[in-house]
Amino acid sequence: MAWVSAIIQGILIGGLYALFACGLSLMFGVMKVINLAHGDLAVVGGYIAVGVIAVTHLPVLLSFLIVVPLMAILGYVLQRTVLQAALNRSILTTLLVTFGLSVVIENGLLQFINAGSHSLGVGNSIVTGSFKISSQLQIAYLLLLIFGVAVVVLLGLQYFLSGSKYGRMIRAVADDREAAQLSGIDYRHVFGIAAAIAFATVALGGIAYGMYSQFSPTTGTNTIVLYAFAAVVIGGLGSLWGTLLGGIVLGVAQQIGAQISASDQLLAGYIVFLAVLVVRPQGLVARGART
Amino acid sequence: MSDFKITRSRRNVAWTGAGALIVVAVFAVFPYQFNSGTLNLMVQGFIVLTLASMWNLLAGYAGLVSVGQQAFVGLGAYGVLFLNIHSLPMFTALPIAAIFCGVAAVPLWWLVSRLRSGYFAIATWVLATTVMLVIEKFPSLGSGTGMSLPNTPNLGSAVLEADTYWIGLAVTVLALATVYLLLRGRLGLVLTAIRDDEVAARSSGVRVGSARMLVFVIAGIGCGAAGALLAVSQLIVQPSAVFSVQWTAEMAFAVVIGGIGTIEGPILGTAVYLVLQQTLSSYNAWYLIVLGLVAIVVVLVARRGLWGLADDYLHLRLFPVGYWLWTPEALASRRSVARLLSRTGG
Repeated sequence: MAWVSAIIQGILIGGLYALFACGLSLMFGVMKVINLAHGDLAVVGGYIAVGVIAVTHLPVLLSFLIVVPLMAILGYVLQRTVLQAALNRSILTTLLVTFGLSVVIENGLLQFINAGSHSLGVGNSIVTGSFKISSQLQIAYLLLLIFGVAVVVLLGLQYFLSGSKYGRMIRAVADDREAAQLSGIDYRHVFGIAAAIAFATVALGGIAYGMYSQFSPTTGTNTIVLYAFAAVVIGGLGSLWGTLLGGIVLGVAQQIGAQISASDQLLAGYIVFLAVLVVRPQGLVARGART
Repeated sequence: MSDFKITRSRRNVAWTGAGALIVVAVFAVFPYQFNSGTLNLMVQGFIVLTLASMWNLLAGYAGLVSVGQQAFVGLGAYGVLFLNIHSLPMFTALPIAAIFCGVAAVPLWWLVSRLRSGYFAIATWVLATTVMLVIEKFPSLGSGTGMSLPNTPNLGSAVLEADTYWIGLAVTVLALATVYLLLRGRLGLVLTAIRDDEVAARSSGVRVGSARMLVFVIAGIGCGAAGALLAVSQLIVQPSAVFSVQWTAEMAFAVVIGGIGTIEGPILGTAVYLVLQQTLSSYNAWYLIVLGLVAIVVVLVARRGLWGLADDYLHLRLFPVGYWLWTPEALASRRSVARLLSRTGG
């Protein structure tokens, strides 16, 4: 029964990892930006939520109403300025700039907030409660909620990309930037919108993580960015639902590892990631070769 | 047409060779002149410069942007710890630990060799974290908290500091000399060819994969040596400290600020790093914030770094690995010079 419980937990946590991963996948798919600062941005989202709740006394589950738009604006501005400038140069420059952003954000948080841990939603019955299926099988409301949010976000993204005007523009630019430009699309603006969406999803991920676990300024680089990339790589690049599959595989691997011994939780996840890299580098949901 | 002439540098560099010897000699007498604070700072500089030279070789020449070099820093430090536990003197353990890191780099390379750019970056990062998690599983190596070197030489702190300093100087000189000689030779040409056009290089018979693997292994040895030096200078090995991604941040930023793709760049960048770190040392995390911001500005505004800016005016090569073509007119006038092949001009 403990194993069944672990697998169910793992699947549900996969939703959280998918929230981290889908923005990363979107930014790579559209702009070819590998955002090494992605984890730190999730942590920034978490800290903004802490601040918003302290100031407005909003319930924690509604804090996203302010955090997500703020992060989306930040994403648009960052893309139109620093990231676009890096993209105009080379992939190496983009990597270095996002790595620089990661270090600056992490140490900025350490400097201006503090190194201590924070968490969201302590005392909220939805955040901390769970229901029993049997004596050994409990499912936390929070994990179900996060998984549900992840599915809704992925459905929304799929609908947006395939159905809406901006979604079509994003796909056009991702497929062939020059041709899209010739058709009168300002690709920089489209990039900005894609970054805004990616930042919005990572903000949701940051809030969800803050409710699920404690976070500190170093959480972004120590874990979140690695989980996000692992989920993207395991699932397969460029596939939205692949990030959910990747997240689930990562989550289940971690929970099974934790069953073996508590210290094996992270290790098991990374070993599955490396195994996928070796055996199937294009990811479980393949979308062509990767260069 | 026999008037063409090819030289390694536009200027005569015989004096830079002699200059390098003098600089090393001056550095070698530092322990007689300066207090332990200065020596510790210099050892820190040696570690960062060794790391930066290796990262420059990886990212600047082989196109391998690794965010996981802390794997080798950690393995080097733990190599010294492991050998020292088995009662090998720590200074003897240092080169063995470095070689071990080179050996360890081979299977790690196999895991990440098929990946490029961002994927390579993130896979090396995950790899470094995985190596740390595996090391933390050994209680004999201090598990998750680490441990002090059990068999430190009974020398007195002044002698120990001086010895550590000289070992650090030797590691750094060896690292710089290795990089210089490698790039001057066949590998340098191969890497330049790959950097300029990988497909063309491959079709001309260049073994791209083995060249990159060689660079990865050498960088493994170099970063391992730096990690071993870290263990020797701190006398304690802690997993979260030696496997910190901050090492990669420091080496990458030193390279970028100084000038990526030049041997001189990492030296200049390390100097900037030390100055920033010293100036801002009383403000906690500020030096990394400033270092990161400066690196971002440099890659966006002055791609070739500080050395690139200096090079535009001086046309100087301290470590000439490229070639200058002197046309007959230029030889006659010694003023207008065409650049045929220069590492920084690509």
